[in-house]
Amino acid sequence: MSTDPAANLPQAPVTVNGTVRSLAAAGPAVNALDWLRGIGLTGAKEGCAEGECGACAVLVARPGLDAPTEWTAINACLVPAAALVGQEVVTAEGLGTPEALHPVQAELAGRGGSQCGYCTPGFVCSMAAEFYRPGRAEFDHHALSGNLCRCTGYRPIMDAAAALGAPSADDPLRRRTTAAAPLTRPVRLTGWVRPGSLDEALAALDGPGAVAVAGSTDLGVEANLRGARPALLVAIDQLDELRSLEVGADFVEIGAALSLSEIERQLAGRVPLLDEVFPQFASRLIRNGATIGGNLGTGSPIGDLPPALLALSADVVLVSRAGERVVPLADYFTGYRETVLQPGELIGRVRIPQPLAPMSAFHKIAKRRFDDISSVAVAFAIEVSDGVVGRAAIGLGGVAATPIRAAAAEAALVGQPWSAATVQAAAEVLSGEGTPLDDHRASASYRRAMLRESLLGFEARSRLDHREGA
Amino acid sequence: MIGRSLPHEAAALHVTGRALYTDDVAARTPGLLHAHPVQAPHAHARITRLDVTPAHQVPGVVRVLTAADVPGVNDAGTKHDEPLFPDEVMFHGHAVAWVLGEDLESARLGALAVEVDYEPLPSIIELTDAIAQESFQGARPRLERGDVSAGLAASSHVFEGEIEFAGQEHFYLETHASLASIDDDGQVFVQCSTQHPTETQEIVAHVLGLSSHQVTVQCLRMGGGFGGKEMQPHGFAAIAALGARLTGRLVRVRLTRQQDMTMTGKRHGFHAAWKVGFGDDGCLQALEATLTSDGGWSLDLSEPVLSRALCHIDNAYWIPHLLVDGRIARTHKTSQTAFRGFGGPQGMLVIEDILGRCAPLLGIAADDLRRRNFYVDDQPTPYGQPVRHAARLDRAWQQVLDTSDFAKRRDEIARHNDQDPHAKRGLAITPVKFGISFNFTSFNQGGALVHVYKDGSVLINHGGTEMGQGLHTKMLQVAATALDLPLDRVRLAPTRTDKVPNTSATAASSGADLNGAAVKDACEQILARLAPVRERLGPDIAWEDLVRHAFLDRVQLWAAGFYRTPGLSWDASTMRGNPFKYFAYGVAAAEVEVDGFTGAYRVTRVDIVHDVGDSLSPLVDLGQIEGGFVQGVGWLTLEDLRWDTSDGPSRGRLATQSASTYKLPSLSEMPTDLRVELLEHAADDGAVYGSKAVGEPPLMLAFAVREALREAVAAFGPDGAAVELASPATPEAVYWAIQAAKTRAGKAQV
Repeated sequence: MSTDPAANLPQAPVTVNGTVRSLAAAGPAVNALDWLRGIGLTGAKEGCAEGECGACAVLVARPGLDAPTEWTAINACLVPAAALVGQEVVTAEGLGTPEALHPVQAELAGRGGSQCGYCTPGFVCSMAAEFYRPGRAEFDHHALSGNLCRCTGYRPIMDAAAALGAPSADDPLRRRTTAAAPLTRPVRLTGWVRPGSLDEALAALDGPGAVAVAGSTDLGVEANLRGARPALLVAIDQLDELRSLEVGADFVEIGAALSLSEIERQLAGRVPLLDEVFPQFASRLIRNGATIGGNLGTGSPIGDLPPALLALSADVVLVSRAGERVVPLADYFTGYRETVLQPGELIGRVRIPQPLAPMSAFHKIAKRRFDDISSVAVAFAIEVSDGVVGRAAIGLGGVAATPIRAAAAEAALVGQPWSAATVQAAAEVLSGEGTPLDDHRASASYRRAMLRESLLGFEARSRLDHREGA
Repeated sequence: MIGRSLPHEAAALHVTGRALYTDDVAARTPGLLHAHPVQAPHAHARITRLDVTPAHQVPGVVRVLTAADVPGVNDAGTKHDEPLFPDEVMFHGHAVAWVLGEDLESARLGALAVEVDYEPLPSIIELTDAIAQESFQGARPRLERGDVSAGLAASSHVFEGEIEFAGQEHFYLETHASLASIDDDGQVFVQCSTQHPTETQEIVAHVLGLSSHQVTVQCLRMGGGFGGKEMQPHGFAAIAALGARLTGRLVRVRLTRQQDMTMTGKRHGFHAAWKVGFGDDGCLQALEATLTSDGGWSLDLSEPVLSRALCHIDNAYWIPHLLVDGRIARTHKTSQTAFRGFGGPQGMLVIEDILGRCAPLLGIAADDLRRRNFYVDDQPTPYGQPVRHAARLDRAWQQVLDTSDFAKRRDEIARHNDQDPHAKRGLAITPVKFGISFNFTSFNQGGALVHVYKDGSVLINHGGTEMGQGLHTKMLQVAATALDLPLDRVRLAPTRTDKVPNTSATAASSGADLNGAAVKDACEQILARLAPVRERLGPDIAWEDLVRHAFLDRVQLWAAGFYRTPGLSWDASTMRGNPFKYFAYGVAAAEVEVDGFTGAYRVTRVDIVHDVGDSLSPLVDLGQIEGGFVQGVGWLTLEDLRWDTSDGPSRGRLATQSASTYKLPSLSEMPTDLRVELLEHAADDGAVYGSKAVGEPPLMLAFAVREALREAVAAFGPDGAAVELASPATPEAVYWAIQAAKTRAGKAQV
């Protein structure tokens, strides 16, 4: 490919708080946060540099589901500055001034929502994204799940959120949502390319040291904390070919470059097991960037989607210049952070076979309810006909070098009556699956206990649901 | 103006991103140098070779700082046990050199290029190992009253036990930051995120071999401190100042979160071994205990932290015979330091743990056992200070019992627990009595500088620093009240050592007491000078006219205010005296629900009544109470510092050194229902405008949550059994406690 799609964009424009700025001078390793701070917008802060604290949150204008454009809050510390080219960004400084506070700012300030104030601009941006969410009936507290405050204890922040009304009709940011989102255009900078098509992306990925990047929620951490400096980043998050979601009779097929937030809203509850995962998967700030393809691409032994997708018996459709191949997810992971993905190959789509098992559940064991990494994750998808287990699929994370299916426990269930005795026996088998380790998240013995208890708890709740439903 | 609910004075700046922190100033300063540490990968090692020349091959590297560059004293502390550049590595992550680069990337790559050879030495990581090897440092205080042997012998019930509990990372959202420059006269100016500008100034001066009058430290504001910026900033400020001195350029030191977590001190974890005696009536008769704090590699503030722990082991309880020994372990970890409560929480955890464990064995409900043992007015503490206003605690306790419907809810919970085999609830109520003032009497002084300009506008400087606690808001209210002016006539300038010298740390909850009294003193001096002018012009004269006339009359319109807390005494060698001006009280009741399958839990309701005297600023105080409480819940339930204790190559490495592995409370940990009231009719005549300190005491309200968890865990097992609960009580710890409860017979040993 010899076309240079960025030839007509000499100065790498980014619209920040309504003003067009150039990031041509920023190097490829500069993240959006450092770039914003470098141009004097120091409201966004670095608190952790790994997308955990939200002090760096800013708003970007993205194509919406319920409106042409939605203001989406993301962690600026994780995203390469280059990813902002052609985009519209709003920071806390752009929302209001001390003399004319934005409604979100006024509520937070007036109710004691800031003490030291360091986390506050990030809270303001996360809260503003929710404020502008089209069709919002009430404030969804998950919008703040990726923001940490060490001073207030959160009560005044929650009160501020609860007190928010609707944006006024002449609110410029609300008006902006009714117009089309910024066009996604090809970009080429030093060390960064945003191809215009999947074919161009695959071609670029053939180059030496090229790495695909979508939400950058994992790569950003590698860059910030471990000094990863890939030679070339190939942005795939806006490729139409990777952004479809189809619910068919035989499959639910999810484009790899859809963010978890987008998937959650587009599925709208049609895959109940995934609906249990989404609110427990990192934070809203992360889910607004993180893609399903990226979550599988990093090959984490935990993830949170992989155990669920394993339980759903999902396949991944891999694409390369040679064409497509379909790999069962259970065969996709080959070792600790290793997969069958070949150089130059991308995850194109994730395919979940229909019909879904009628009983499913996702159990995440972690220290903290919001935004924590699982010590153990267990997903169940079970079908019981006439009191006998017809099929059982159990996906596990955090107990081996890769996410795994709990084959022995599944075998202990299938063909057996769905009874306390069966479940008790299978739970013992389940507790022996994998090779859990002792680490700072949990002991191996707790992980084993949680495997056992998760099935016992699942069965106890299914009985309860049954009784309450009857 | 005093007593009005006002938002934080900088709230509008916070929410609009305009509030500047030290590193925001750096971001706006072109041409400065960036510093990056070379961190040692051993818990304990001798440096056998340090070669910085490869760093100079890295483009952008300007200079590498080592011990040879120090013109003054190579020490980052006040006890001369903290070399700024060590020749012996004392903890994993210890900085052995610093690289200055034109940008942070070059400094980082330069630090990677520095070659260091280490000879690894044996290391002590675990507190219990330090105790076994008798690796101690510093003072070994003893707090003693009565005859503990006789007291135990006369007790109807004697129990003994041990507990080891974890420390806590401050996790202020703003990591340590300093920005240093040198002027044409060699004067050093350091902007620093510090709770103790004066001590930062002193350390910078002694590292550079300068006098204090050659160094000025300014703190604009901090993005949280919590004690973590009381002693810890000094070394980083000294690195910035040294770099500026050697290069003539501005130098920025700003730690990443991982650098901050691996290099700076935390709340001390403790080990306690105890033996306690109760009478038949459940009244405490005697307590014998040994408390050992994990001090880390150097002393830092470990001695005063230990003193405060010993002085709070009684919490709210009268213990006639008492013998408590304190020790500070030396381990190869970060040098543990001040953290909100400053040892008080650790001392109180021990007695609350004892009462929680023993109540079932005594057959007395834990809330009843606690109340039976409360101090009554003017009973003396073990260190000899009468407990003034002890009845206020009783009043707060009763108020919480009443407003929380405690008795009724406990019955409901018992019924629920009988019916639900998988989820149990627990309800507990705990008291706080916390002594206010620095134990070390000399620190209890504050200074202020108040200027009235000719136009009648007022500018305040004071010695305290703003870290989010609302001190500046309160000082503005104090000045406006003292001068009887509207708030907008008063402005507050950033804290600087060349405005108010020789200040104490903004610590020990004392910021408003000390600085508020000093501000008030300065205002009253000015008013006294204005009085004759006012008398001449009449009482209705407008402030602006009064000031203008006073200036023409050659009246001095500015004043330096000063305050020293009266009536204090403390003998550290005998651990006796009246170290505290007063006690702050509080009571919390908490309800939790625990999932038996996982040990996970929710805090469903919390009721708090807290004593802030006559509140200077109710919205600020409410924020301190709620925020302190949640931070305490984090310490006791969630926050899990883990060091690598293996014998592998990363022995001593902090395993939870980032936000992804060290979890502080998020909004998911917020109590579903949180109700906070200020204790009424609680004026304290000893402090400014009848107010009381509020920074630290509310943290310890969180014991209610820990004790509620203990109650819920107990409900999984037979009645009358003691429940041991690890701290932090993570879901895993609670799960194991449930398993133990389920398999335990009643009336077991503690």
